[in-house]
Amino acid sequence: MSETSLLEVRGLTKYFPIEQGLLRRVVGHVRAVDQVSFSINRGRTLGLVGESGSGKTTLGRCVMRAIELTAGEIIFHHQGESTDLAQLSRREMREFRKHLQMIFQDPYSSLDPRKTVFDIVSEPLRINKIASGKALEQRVRKALELVGLDVRYMKRYPHAFSGGQRQRIGIARALSINPQLIICDEAVSALDVSVQAQILNLLKDLQDELGLTYLFIAHDLSVVEHVSNDVAVMYVGKLVEQAPTRLLFSRPRHPYTEALLSAIPRPDPDQPLPESGGVEGELPDPAHPPSGCYFHPRCPYAQQICREEEPPLLEVAPQQVAACHFADELELQGIED
Amino acid sequence: MSDVVLEVKDLHTYFELEEGTLKAVNGVSFAIKKNRTLGIVGESGCGKSVTAQSIMRITPKKTSSVSGQIMLHHDFGAIDIAQLDEDGDQMRDLRGREIAMIFQEPMTAFSPVHTVGNQIMEALFVHGETDKKTARKRAIALLDEVGIPAPERRIDEYPFQLSGGMRQRSMIAMAIILNPRLLIADEPTTALDVTIQAQILRLMKRLQRDNGMAIMFITHDLGVIANMADDVAVMYLGKIVEFGSLHQIFKEPKHPYTKGLLRSIPKFGETDGKHLATIKGTVPVPLNPPDACPFASRCSEFIPGKCDARMPDAVTISPGHTVNCVLYEPTNIQT
Repeated sequence: MSETSLLEVRGLTKYFPIEQGLLRRVVGHVRAVDQVSFSINRGRTLGLVGESGSGKTTLGRCVMRAIELTAGEIIFHHQGESTDLAQLSRREMREFRKHLQMIFQDPYSSLDPRKTVFDIVSEPLRINKIASGKALEQRVRKALELVGLDVRYMKRYPHAFSGGQRQRIGIARALSINPQLIICDEAVSALDVSVQAQILNLLKDLQDELGLTYLFIAHDLSVVEHVSNDVAVMYVGKLVEQAPTRLLFSRPRHPYTEALLSAIPRPDPDQPLPESGGVEGELPDPAHPPSGCYFHPRCPYAQQICREEEPPLLEVAPQQVAACHFADELELQGIED
Repeated sequence: MSDVVLEVKDLHTYFELEEGTLKAVNGVSFAIKKNRTLGIVGESGCGKSVTAQSIMRITPKKTSSVSGQIMLHHDFGAIDIAQLDEDGDQMRDLRGREIAMIFQEPMTAFSPVHTVGNQIMEALFVHGETDKKTARKRAIALLDEVGIPAPERRIDEYPFQLSGGMRQRSMIAMAIILNPRLLIADEPTTALDVTIQAQILRLMKRLQRDNGMAIMFITHDLGVIANMADDVAVMYLGKIVEFGSLHQIFKEPKHPYTKGLLRSIPKFGETDGKHLATIKGTVPVPLNPPDACPFASRCSEFIPGKCDARMPDAVTISPGHTVNCVLYEPTNIQT
């Protein structure tokens, strides 16, 4: 696997301290990301889904080293060399960050309103001292053309653009430096449906053209299904299931995946949400997760062992892993096409 | 006609801005019936929320103007809400008792400095209840009905102490405490996680079955609409471009915009590695819009000289199904 994989994450863990009182004593930890491992092959897309508090955004930020991880390895394979990003110093990481870039959810807050499009898109190139003068302008032009923005608008400010166009500016900024990996954190969630489709198509074209690898973080499962080769499901900081997209959607092996799939309202009057059933209750507080399997209080199949023992993440089928004591026994419902 | 709770006729809501007149709602008509849900779907800026705010008369007084008819029907006649003073006693009396509204973000709908219970009970006190014990009992029963565990404890908590799903449930309780005949829900599940959304949608359906209220359900999410609505109005740039039953809109869409919207959402198993259909361009801002089809600038079937000449009339395709598009006007149908 490792000759084609671009990114291998092993045991990535991020604890946030819970501080209390005047002296800000640490009284506990929120396990935002807990022992998460996965890999992404070059030119492929791994979708990462989960509800709020699942740790998906924190995970993306840890991979970027935008926040410091507590433990784990982030192996990046590049030009025959393997680098553990977790071991790099801040300076080394800044240098390395040209290989991985991020696209954010909110195209309004992620662009500096006081900078022109040119300043925004050229920033990674200037910071990394990759280009200047005419060459810099050339690179910015090329990035803007790639994302379908008119180069004449280079001197304008973000406020002059619509949400979809702003997202294109954000993508151009990420692309200007020729990264290998792009982490898309809810990159289309804030967009209108018709514009969302444009951006999804653009991301797909760019992947084909430039051989990009995506870590696609999103809560919308129909979008994730559309763009991803593989999908990983997180619940309260843990990876509970991962499989090739088709397999995960048609034959889920973790009850939480089944619950997620059954809760999606489908845009088809012939496929209504089930009138009853469905998963009850709410997501647990990640600072005080339940015992055993974190999903057991909401799981319709929970047994005694689920309350007591945390299930390990095991291979349940070729290329499919799930963390459920009964992954082999349950006949879970997926989505038929 | 006796089942009609609310009838909106040729509603216009304009905002006077420095840059010109923003025609947020520009000639909208529809009716909502008892025990039925009207879904209003559209992208940002289509005027779906402003339509709701106009019915509640909560658009900003200084900068906005509401014209047209908003008829609230009773057994004994009808009141035109558009003619009422938005700060007047009559309008205040209608809000909550006849028409209630729930919002996307419950945190902004609740006051952060009062307990959930006090805010729910306030509606009762404003509308004539005097006994505190009765009000509290009613509020607890209602919190229980909307699925809040330990309601006798939750009633004394502040909104920030509740999760997003619980806040949304509390807001629904607050909205229905006076048994309104019409509930306006503006993106009520958009901020919620998908498993919680499914619970809230199920709750709203159950409440409607129990008390027969009419629901106006506003959302951009076609999946949610398909699960909630009996009838659907598709809005674009301040106008309803197509209206029909759920089946008609999803299975026999006629307007190029409706068709485009339905095509542009990813569907399970259908789009593997393929491109999604898109609608070119983005939604324009309705500042001083021309009197023409609002979708003309993005339409793939645009006919110069026709679509940009005037607003197309509503054409009835089949009973209950109307579309405003020149393609369906009798004079333009090619034989």
